[in-house]
Amino acid sequence: MAKSIDVSDLNIYYGDFLAVAGVNMTIRAKAVTAFIGPSGCGKSTFLRTLNRMHEVIPGARVEGKVMVSGQSLYDPAIDPVAVRRQIGMVFQRPNPFPTMSIYENVLAGMRLNSKKMSKSDADAIVEKSLRGANLWTEVKDRLSKPGMGLSGGQQQRLCIARAIAVEPEVLLMDEPCSALDPISTSAIEDLIHELKSEYTIVIVTHNMQQAARVSDDTGFFNLKATGEPGHLVEFNPTTKMFTNPDEESTEAYISGRFG
Amino acid sequence: MSTTTPLEPDTFAISVGLAAPRLPRWASLLVAVLAVAVSGLLTMLLGWSLVGGVIVAGALFIVGVPVWSLLLEGRRSAADRFATCLVWTTFAIVLVPLVWLIWMVVKTGASVISMEFLTYDMRNIVGPGGGIYHALMGTLLITLAAAIISVPIGLFAAIYLVEYGKGSRLARVTTFLVDVMTGIPSIVAGLFALALFVLIFGPAIRIGFGGSVALSLLMIPTVVRSSEEMLRLVPSDLREASYALGIPKWRTIVKVVLPTALGGIITGIVLAISRVIGETAPLLVVAGATDSVNFNLFSGRMMTLPVYIFSQYSSPGVAPIGGGDPPGYARAWGAALVLIAIVMILNLVARFIGYKFAPKTGRRR
Repeated sequence: MAKSIDVSDLNIYYGDFLAVAGVNMTIRAKAVTAFIGPSGCGKSTFLRTLNRMHEVIPGARVEGKVMVSGQSLYDPAIDPVAVRRQIGMVFQRPNPFPTMSIYENVLAGMRLNSKKMSKSDADAIVEKSLRGANLWTEVKDRLSKPGMGLSGGQQQRLCIARAIAVEPEVLLMDEPCSALDPISTSAIEDLIHELKSEYTIVIVTHNMQQAARVSDDTGFFNLKATGEPGHLVEFNPTTKMFTNPDEESTEAYISGRFG
Repeated sequence: MSTTTPLEPDTFAISVGLAAPRLPRWASLLVAVLAVAVSGLLTMLLGWSLVGGVIVAGALFIVGVPVWSLLLEGRRSAADRFATCLVWTTFAIVLVPLVWLIWMVVKTGASVISMEFLTYDMRNIVGPGGGIYHALMGTLLITLAAAIISVPIGLFAAIYLVEYGKGSRLARVTTFLVDVMTGIPSIVAGLFALALFVLIFGPAIRIGFGGSVALSLLMIPTVVRSSEEMLRLVPSDLREASYALGIPKWRTIVKVVLPTALGGIITGIVLAISRVIGETAPLLVVAGATDSVNFNLFSGRMMTLPVYIFSQYSSPGVAPIGGGDPPGYARAWGAALVLIAIVMILNLVARFIGYKFAPKTGRRR
């Protein structure tokens, strides 16, 4: 079951440095939400606060509320590890585990948590996840080969398979296509379309066309000035964002007349 | 017509100014041979020593090649050839003591090695005969115990430094103390271990385990340092990927970080072992010396190979009647050969393990 995320008055800090200020938004369940904006405006930082990956960096902290189906993510009673099991993440650069085969990489989420399962269940999960990531036909004959031996695009899809193998409710993607060629990018965009039916997807992208192609809602982040914290300028359905945005600066950015 | 016939490669190269005179490929070799011949001749005529001749040959080589190159090829190539000659010469100089040492040890030690030498101790041996069995076992046991003590401590310290203590005061203090420990003279480690065991068991105590403690004091900093470097090399991407799958930190370390760095860590540990296996002073102080086999680390004196070499050389026994060296010298060389062989085997094992556990890319390298 996919979940929606409500963010209210979120301030994100690295130590004393306020990186992103005052974000309010509602991320709909079973929809694709895209974040666009110039580099350094806090899109990725914000994305990482949605599954408490932000606090992995020493000194990083947040103020404000992130509510996932009625539960506050930053409540002291919440276990960040449990959060990350429900809200998966795919990173900018493909990062399969180098010591593991393709098969083990897909199962990493279970195996590394010592979840007991039968061989047939494991096989089923691997096939389902790899099919889900559009990778099954390419790797089914070499599942025992190292995951690092795949091409960049295949590695990224392997990472997506790994993320969906644990069946999260939400999938966060931090520029998943920025290191990939157009064909791999298109494969991953198709995948996002398919995954939408089961997962809530949040994607950060620098590619305006990609945001327009894959997303239902779009958020535009920007910096007021250099050294100022990033903030959410506008959050609207993608069609509105790309045809008739509310803010002048959104239109300027989307149409390339920025800065 | 000239447009249809392709230019000859040589004429083409000359026409655009790419070709320049080059020394022939065998130029360096020729100069080397000439340098050796000239200095050899001078050595014979003027009665220099062998070392002087070699130095003159090296100097002639270093000067000869660049000068020839300067005359024919120009300044840039001459400088390049000068640097190349310098690198090769220093490489040869570095090789000299290494090859010489191994040659000496093999030449003098190999004749002693026999089944008897490897399987007999020195109990009741005054003349020739006897062997290193007691010292071999002592070295293996004491070093093994030292490894068992220092590997967990060193590895866990490294994990703390890299994964938990990043930038904290405790981590900085630990790193500083580890650096200080690296510089401890080995005899001091031996005296410390002796003092420790004297405090516990009373004076005049000599036990093999004390040697292990002393060696582990020398080993721990090396293990910490090498493991730390290896753990730092694991990309933080992998840790984040693991966290994002909902895997707790300790499992991430055990199942992702350690396996990725395993090859390097094991190589570092084996190199640390081969560094301490040849330590003499601390073992002489705390493990003592004996002529009998002792398998018990916790009771009685224990012989080790370095101490065996030392004691055989310092009291080589009675020279055979009718001239010749006392039998202890040969035994010392034989033990030295065995010690070097052990270290070499350890290094080979480390390389093999490092290669075996290195993260597989699935692509040919």
